[in-house]
Amino acid sequence: MSDRSQLIETGKPFAFDEQRDAEFERLATRYPTRDSLILPSLWLVQEQEGWISAEAMAYIADRIGCFATQVYEAATFYTMYNLQPKGEYHICVCRTLSCYLLGKQEIVDYLQSELGIKPGEVSTDGKYSLEEVECLGHCGSAPVVQINGEFYEYMNVDKLKELLATMN
Amino acid sequence: MQVQVLSARFDIPDAHKIEVAKENGAYSTLEKVFSMQPEEVIELVKSSGLRGRGGAGFPTGLKWSFLPKDIDKPVYLAVNSDESEPATFKDRYILVKDPHMLIEGIIICCYAIKSNAAYIYIRGEYTTQVKALQAAIDEAYEAGYLGDTINGRDYKLDITVHRGAGAYVCGEETALLESIEGKKGQPRSKPPFPAVEGLYGCPTIINNVQSIASLPFILTNGADAYKAYGTEKSPGTHLFGISGLVNKPGMYELPLGLPILEVIEKVAGGVRDGHKLKGIIPGGSSTPVILPDEAEDLTLDYESMAAHKTMFGSGGIVVLDDTVDMVKLVENLIYFYHHESCGQCTPCREGLGWMLKIVKKIIRGEGEVADIDLLLELCDNIEMKTVCVLSAACTMSTRSYLNKFRHEFEAYVNGGASTQTAM
Ligand SMILES: Cc1cc2nc3c(=O)[nH]c(=O)nc-3n(C[C@H](O)[C@H](O)[C@H](O)COP(=O)(O)O)c2cc1C
Ligand code: SF4
Ligand code: FES
Repeated sequence: MSDRSQLIETGKPFAFDEQRDAEFERLATRYPTRDSLILPSLWLVQEQEGWISAEAMAYIADRIGCFATQVYEAATFYTMYNLQPKGEYHICVCRTLSCYLLGKQEIVDYLQSELGIKPGEVSTDGKYSLEEVECLGHCGSAPVVQINGEFYEYMNVDKLKELLATMN
Repeated sequence: MQVQVLSARFDIPDAHKIEVAKENGAYSTLEKVFSMQPEEVIELVKSSGLRGRGGAGFPTGLKWSFLPKDIDKPVYLAVNSDESEPATFKDRYILVKDPHMLIEGIIICCYAIKSNAAYIYIRGEYTTQVKALQAAIDEAYEAGYLGDTINGRDYKLDITVHRGAGAYVCGEETALLESIEGKKGQPRSKPPFPAVEGLYGCPTIINNVQSIASLPFILTNGADAYKAYGTEKSPGTHLFGISGLVNKPGMYELPLGLPILEVIEKVAGGVRDGHKLKGIIPGGSSTPVILPDEAEDLTLDYESMAAHKTMFGSGGIVVLDDTVDMVKLVENLIYFYHHESCGQCTPCREGLGWMLKIVKKIIRGEGEVADIDLLLELCDNIEMKTVCVLSAACTMSTRSYLNKFRHEFEAYVNGGASTQTAM
């Protein structure tokens, strides 16, 4: 467990855009209770904004008709919900078993020195964020890196160099 | 050694698309299924000997028969696609390469257990995979295999995909249910078991993706055809994920019961060139490690694994060669389980953190022999004193390294350990 208790306020109200609104209403027909919409709604916010603000949580609670604490509880428990803005390129390196055996540390070290940030940080220009994550379910093609949701397998420093070059 | 039962359509281009899947047999068994009584379907699955592929190997048909009779509440199916146990990467192939096999399996299961609603719980990290799965579900609705009528029959079934968001513990079946209900993924105390009181307080069956995806073959070809693969008590085939320090890591479908060393050698190309086998993790990170000489007569089935005091688990085999520092490997594993503890039981929340501190201290060269014994004692004191077995997953595996590679821990304590990281 890690401390994920800090909420950030933007000072601006939040609302789903049209597409997310429609998806929310579709999902509402799929569950017998409205509380089940909490996790899907948090995903919708994150898809729309990249992260989840205090205002967005209040909005979700309002739309669902549940307590704000329920939304807060879920948002802080599940580690994939971003409670602060991430970099334009959010780079996750698997740190677990098979990736560890096949040299994930070399990849983390290279990214740290190249980007000037440590796992858990965002670069000052907001371009990159780095994170070490647990097994990503691609152990047969370890080591594995996930960037903005896309998987990159059999990683090594040379491949990373090429990848970073495409991000400029 | 490899077979193609579940993976029969994996190599066919575009088999994830419904037209191609149908040309190659998808949904063709529904006619037959609907001509049977639900109880007959359950009996057939029972007699196939199919065992749950999520890790515990519980007989699938038997699980279904635990549902209370004459229920006046809805029955739910929750398909476990959390796939988060380190070294496990098999279900992903089904989701991406043949999602219609899974959907057909869900229809078969829901018909048998008289359910009109299934939820697929998929881990949040599977971003591209969830899209592939949802696209297949949309196709199945369009083609009339889901919705208010199924294959022209007056039977309603909805499948909803529910995304997790980065919590390994949600693979535990009751945490998974909590998560669908919109709560933190904290496992429930049992009883009541989900078959009696599960999702929304209603009878619920939870099965792994691969268990459900095995149903179309069994219903099409019969129990005997399935039992033709594997051993008497562990029939059928399994998608094994082989990873670690081996020449050809990857996913391979094999019948159960093959000798593990032969599989590593012939299927996965053997230990990395120039190195020697040091140990095998036979079925995902939580399964106790096996030494090379113990592996001599170990076969890939539930019984042989149990006889060797380890577990079949999720079919994720990790090959460890002579460069691996077992103490650091244990640190990596304890870190994982500590990080993923849901926090509701003190022995798990605090105990795994304590174990991690001790291992770190040993690695720093500040440990004593008493610390190794303290670790063993902690394993005993944590295990089976918690709501779920996440903590035991950590202690059972850790204990195996402490016992089988104690000399490596002692070397650190005596200042003689290599400071090299496993590469
Ligand atoms: C901590 C923990 C994590 C688990 N993770 C998974 C998982 O990712 N996938 C899975 O199918 N089963 C997982 N299981 C096992 C499930 O609780 C359950 O036994 C299984 O989904 C039942 O399906 P089966 O009978 O088809 O195997 C996990 C269990 C525990 C205790
Ligand atoms: S054993 Fe650990 S993960 Fe399982 S319920 Fe207790 S605290 Fe949560
Ligand atoms: S251990 Fe890295 S993807 Fe599984």
